[in-house]
Amino acid sequence: MAVVSNRRRNVTAITLAGLIVLLAGAALMIGPYPLSLGDAVSLMWSRLTGQGGVETAAGQVLFSIRLPRVLAALLVGGALAAAGACYQSLFRNPLVSPDILGVSAGAGLGAVLGIFLSLPVAAIQLSAFVGGLVAVGAVGLVASAVRGRDTVLVLVLAGVVIGALAGAMTSLLKVMADPYDQLPAITFWLLGSLAAVQAGDVLAVLPAVLVGLVPMILLRWRIHVLALGDEEAKSLGIDAGPLRIGVIVCATLMTASVVSIAGVIGWVGLVMPHIARMLVGPAFGILLPVATLLGAVYLLATDTLARTLTATEIPLGILTAVIGAPFFLWLLWRGRRGWA
Amino acid sequence: MILAAHRLAFGYPGRPIGSGVDLEISPGEVCCLLGPNGCGKTTLFKTLMGLLPAQGGEIRLGDRPLAAHGRREIARTIAWVPQAHVPPFPFTVRDVVLMGRTARLGPLAQPGDRDEEVVDSCLDGLGIADLAEADYTRISGGQRQLVLIARALAQEAALMVMDEPTASLDFGNQALLLSEVVRLAGRGLGILLSTHDPDQALAVATRVALMKDGRIVAAGEPADVLTGAGLSAVYDVPVEVERLSSGRAVCVPAVNPRSD
Repeated sequence: MAVVSNRRRNVTAITLAGLIVLLAGAALMIGPYPLSLGDAVSLMWSRLTGQGGVETAAGQVLFSIRLPRVLAALLVGGALAAAGACYQSLFRNPLVSPDILGVSAGAGLGAVLGIFLSLPVAAIQLSAFVGGLVAVGAVGLVASAVRGRDTVLVLVLAGVVIGALAGAMTSLLKVMADPYDQLPAITFWLLGSLAAVQAGDVLAVLPAVLVGLVPMILLRWRIHVLALGDEEAKSLGIDAGPLRIGVIVCATLMTASVVSIAGVIGWVGLVMPHIARMLVGPAFGILLPVATLLGAVYLLATDTLARTLTATEIPLGILTAVIGAPFFLWLLWRGRRGWA
Repeated sequence: MILAAHRLAFGYPGRPIGSGVDLEISPGEVCCLLGPNGCGKTTLFKTLMGLLPAQGGEIRLGDRPLAAHGRREIARTIAWVPQAHVPPFPFTVRDVVLMGRTARLGPLAQPGDRDEEVVDSCLDGLGIADLAEADYTRISGGQRQLVLIARALAQEAALMVMDEPTASLDFGNQALLLSEVVRLAGRGLGILLSTHDPDQALAVATRVALMKDGRIVAAGEPADVLTGAGLSAVYDVPVEVERLSSGRAVCVPAVNPRSD
């Protein structure tokens, strides 16, 4: 990889931010009820200045459906990619993704349980959030019980085991669920979708995402050094153990909160940090913002495709996999450089 | 005195590796730790730097026990040069050396211009300034070892602990590295290094400790410790020390002649 200049890093970040604005504008206009750019801008202006006119059909489409969905796509994509970048640095492994510690499997089980019990939507989301945290907590407990071994290895193995267990229980619930009413909802949720997202959902998870993201930004230099491994980071003056746990908690909080509103969306957290590394190099200080912006752009683009490509909406998780998997194969084919 | 160990026991809980180690390093000293593979050199080093808890005895850093210092304080006094390794991500050489500044930064701070200047001068001092923007994962093992020394220098610590710094180097680079060690000690750095090769200890050490099975079996001036009898006992092969016409001493292990 050629060395990345500071100028290229800045250009990349600014380009991505510009791309987000363009894409968001386009996503607001596209759909079964087309809105012109002028409509969208004047409606938002009326809303901001408190004038009337937002109760029209166009206003309903913009403020109740499209705007929350666009914001949710940006939030979910950004959060998953940021968490992925953190996990990859922490575990010193470019093949790690935000669900490595069983977050997604646990959240999936929580949500499926909520749907199975016919709970209201908000309770299903809460159940997913709690399920994600419980799964990671269990992984952490297993890892702290198995002392004296390579912590990272134990964490990842425990994540696989807990994930498999949660997966098995999810399958059991699917078998027991009502095949006409509950099963489609469960399947749709497990494949990930932003179709049901409302403005309140975005506002509800935004604080949790920020609580996870802000420490990552503040501690970016220390997370960068942690990529050398615990012992070297310690010898350079970093309390590696507490830092590692703190960052895992932050990344898990972000992942669990976005999974609770969007369902299980794979590949974003794995692939986006890779692309970011190809664009701006592996230094975490620049990798984190670029990966976050990339994740936001990618999920917004994918979600817009998911709801416009065909008459019935394609679940988002399917599209991210269809696009992500071949891309990852291409990375492998490019050889060792692609890993980094 | 920078660092001192007294009756130190080290290893892991339930798996002791060594004990009874007395060691002291002062500024300008090159202390060489010699011993066969697996005798506990690396574990001892990690214990001395506080990366592993001591299993007994005491370690003092400056005028206080090592354990009373925070991670950051230790890193401001002791710099570690681990054996060269390849990190999972392609950091540039500059990235790696800049990480040496961590202990000089506040908890939430990023390195600034002053830190970049220190990095430049460290790279320059080791003659590897032209590698600054190179990919650390793609340079040679010898260059990587030099980069890790530059990182330790950027730490601006009083003591440098080097774990078999010549292990991955070819003949020429070993000589270069040893000259660098002598030069750094000349600037007042204390240096603690481990090696397999008694000749290297004879060439650069001001003090030598011989280690076997976790114990220091002899310590003192190189000429007193590195004798044929002493080395033979540690390495379990007959060794003789011979003096060259230049005055330098070399160790010559016995190699059984072919029997055919």
